[in-house]
Amino acid sequence: MPLWDRIRRSQVWKSIFRHPPPVDRPNRVKVVLTNLILHLHPVAMPKHGLRLRFTWCMGGITFFLFLVEVVTGVLLMFYYRPTIQWAYHDMLALRDVVSYGILREVHRWGAHAMVITAMLHMLRVFLTGSYKPPREFNWVIGVLLLALTLLLSFTGYLLPWDQLSMWAVTVGSNMVGAAPLVGHEGPASWVTDQSDLRYVLLGARSVGEEALLRFYVLHCVALPLLAAFLMALHFWRIRKDGGISGPL
Amino acid sequence: MTPDIAEHLTRVAPLLAAFHAACSAMNVAAGGYAWRGRRRGEALAWLGAAIVFLGLAVGAWAGRPPQLPAMAKAGIDAVLGPATLFLGSLALLTVLYLGRRFFTAPPVGLAALNASLLLFGLSLADPVFASLVAKPDHVPIVGMIYLLGFVTWIAAYQAVENDRRTAAGRGPVEKTYAEKVLVWPDLVYIELIAMVLVSALLIAWSLLLAAPLEQPAHPSVTPNPSKAPWYFLGLQELLLYADAWYVGFVVPCLILFGLIALPYLDVNPKGNGYYTIDAQRRKYLVFMFGFLMLWVLPILVGTFLRGPNWSFFGLYEPRDPQKMAMHVNVTLSEYFWEWGLGRPRPEVDPHAGAWLRMGQAMWREMPGLAVLAAYFVALPLLLRRTLFKTARLAMGRCRYWIAMGLLLLMLTLPLKMLLRWTLHLSYIVSMPEFLLNF
Ligand code: HEM
Repeated sequence: MPLWDRIRRSQVWKSIFRHPPPVDRPNRVKVVLTNLILHLHPVAMPKHGLRLRFTWCMGGITFFLFLVEVVTGVLLMFYYRPTIQWAYHDMLALRDVVSYGILREVHRWGAHAMVITAMLHMLRVFLTGSYKPPREFNWVIGVLLLALTLLLSFTGYLLPWDQLSMWAVTVGSNMVGAAPLVGHEGPASWVTDQSDLRYVLLGARSVGEEALLRFYVLHCVALPLLAAFLMALHFWRIRKDGGISGPL
Repeated sequence: MTPDIAEHLTRVAPLLAAFHAACSAMNVAAGGYAWRGRRRGEALAWLGAAIVFLGLAVGAWAGRPPQLPAMAKAGIDAVLGPATLFLGSLALLTVLYLGRRFFTAPPVGLAALNASLLLFGLSLADPVFASLVAKPDHVPIVGMIYLLGFVTWIAAYQAVENDRRTAAGRGPVEKTYAEKVLVWPDLVYIELIAMVLVSALLIAWSLLLAAPLEQPAHPSVTPNPSKAPWYFLGLQELLLYADAWYVGFVVPCLILFGLIALPYLDVNPKGNGYYTIDAQRRKYLVFMFGFLMLWVLPILVGTFLRGPNWSFFGLYEPRDPQKMAMHVNVTLSEYFWEWGLGRPRPEVDPHAGAWLRMGQAMWREMPGLAVLAAYFVALPLLLRRTLFKTARLAMGRCRYWIAMGLLLLMLTLPLKMLLRWTLHLSYIVSMPEFLLNF
């Protein structure tokens, strides 16, 4: 008996996968129903949803990039300390000490790519009119996901603590300081520069160690958890709204 | 030829040779495909393009990368400017939209791709252009331009096809693929291949391009220019035309709110689940205008064409830190009181109480306030009975007013740009006493 078959018949394998290999119709149905990851999918779907020219695979790629970011991000957390003394130094070490180190690269380019694919995914959902009933609410969740993607990217931008990152975040947070009502430089402002929205964001009046810590916690804990939750909701709703959209 | 240009050319020569060779290979493939489909004329055209690219590749390989003539570069840079770029792009998109039946023909699409690749390849031989597009953080944006162009094209291609079928009384193409397939293996394998390809791309990209790391952060050394991350650069670019409270806060909130509201404002049941333009022409135009002209284009300008002092630079123009454009801008109330009525503007008494100061400022800004009232109230009332009569009836009052409000707010941005470029108008309402300029 070939080794492969032997493995497949072993008690260990059978305890993990509770049905024969998915080579015939009943077992192809079963594999999707019994596997936690696969059961995000329906068992069957209309053929047009498979065509790359319909979905551009953009939602799926965005999700995959999110997973890549989670994995590389966790690995980066082993090397990175969010303090003014160490942040930049740890970046240098990642670049100069780790051989074949492309961790930072994969994380950064993956993030840029995710922003782009999320925007393009939105474009395709718009162009196919897939936000129309019954999928209105899933579009709303999608918009929140896009906003979260941008925020994740923005908070991560500060962490290398070089000139590029600090001043980019300064430019961004100054805009918040000019918000009407809640920004100290905005029209009809009723707050000071110690109590406005920018202060909430930065924990200080300018980008410094408080902001670094805040952005770190947001970037590594709060926003990813929120995004993961919304993605779960997004996928759940795709199923509940009747699967991939198509002409009636 | 100055030494640094010569050095640049030797450095990029192998890369350019590979680039042109890849373009050539693409055309050979397209030619072969057309030949097999018995489209002989087309096949010959792609073969010709392949030969041209091959010639360029050989030139580059021989250490003499072909480049654009200096005249052409100077000409392009002379024409480029914020206003010409905006209006030119708008004109181009309009032509593409009106002629979509022609432009979505695959040979036309490929010809356009060839033209852009040719221009791109020739431009890469220019050191300024090369440093712009090869900056690590800019590479994904170049990729985005091509990706966005491609997906917009293929979406329009399918929409045109579906619209043609609908006009002939048949359903959209998607309907002919309605048969059900099993997710395992069909979808699962596509996902697996996509994951492998994306991983390979990401790893190759990461090996080739190092993530940037500049000098350590220094609170007292401000870089010139200081740029926001690229996806917010569009907003930063729009800061030229409106104040931070509006562009930096109100506009993002409006974008979010507008996107969230979209499915609830749209009452058209047609065009659900397939590509179409004809079934939703107005909405298509508004969305694409907002996305391409007000989000993507300002990002591109802010990323590639803004340099020191936020001055505008051409694609081939060295970034001169001294370049500084001086504009004298005039507010609407100055136009009205000083130019129109020939007398000084009414003053605001700085010692008066808050309400009195507010009243005085409003009196001074009366013309601008009148314009805004006409724009935001009278115009929708008028449109409701004329251009948007049927839309208003279909949408009902609540949807109509929200949609009109969002549309008019969105259009404030291009209108303010136009007013700036033509009349040098800075603000329609300017009350610096209350930090309120619009
Ligand atoms: C982090 C971001 C996002 C992820 C990971 C994600 C993921 C996905 C996936 C995997 C699908 C399945 C179909 C496809 O791949 O096209 C999907 C569908 C959908 N997405 Fe997203 N999405 C994201 C953001 C968005 C955004 C920004 C929007 C819109 C504003 C959106 C709206 C929708 C809608 C309405 C559907 C159902 C489409 C249909 O049935 O044709 N999503 N999403």
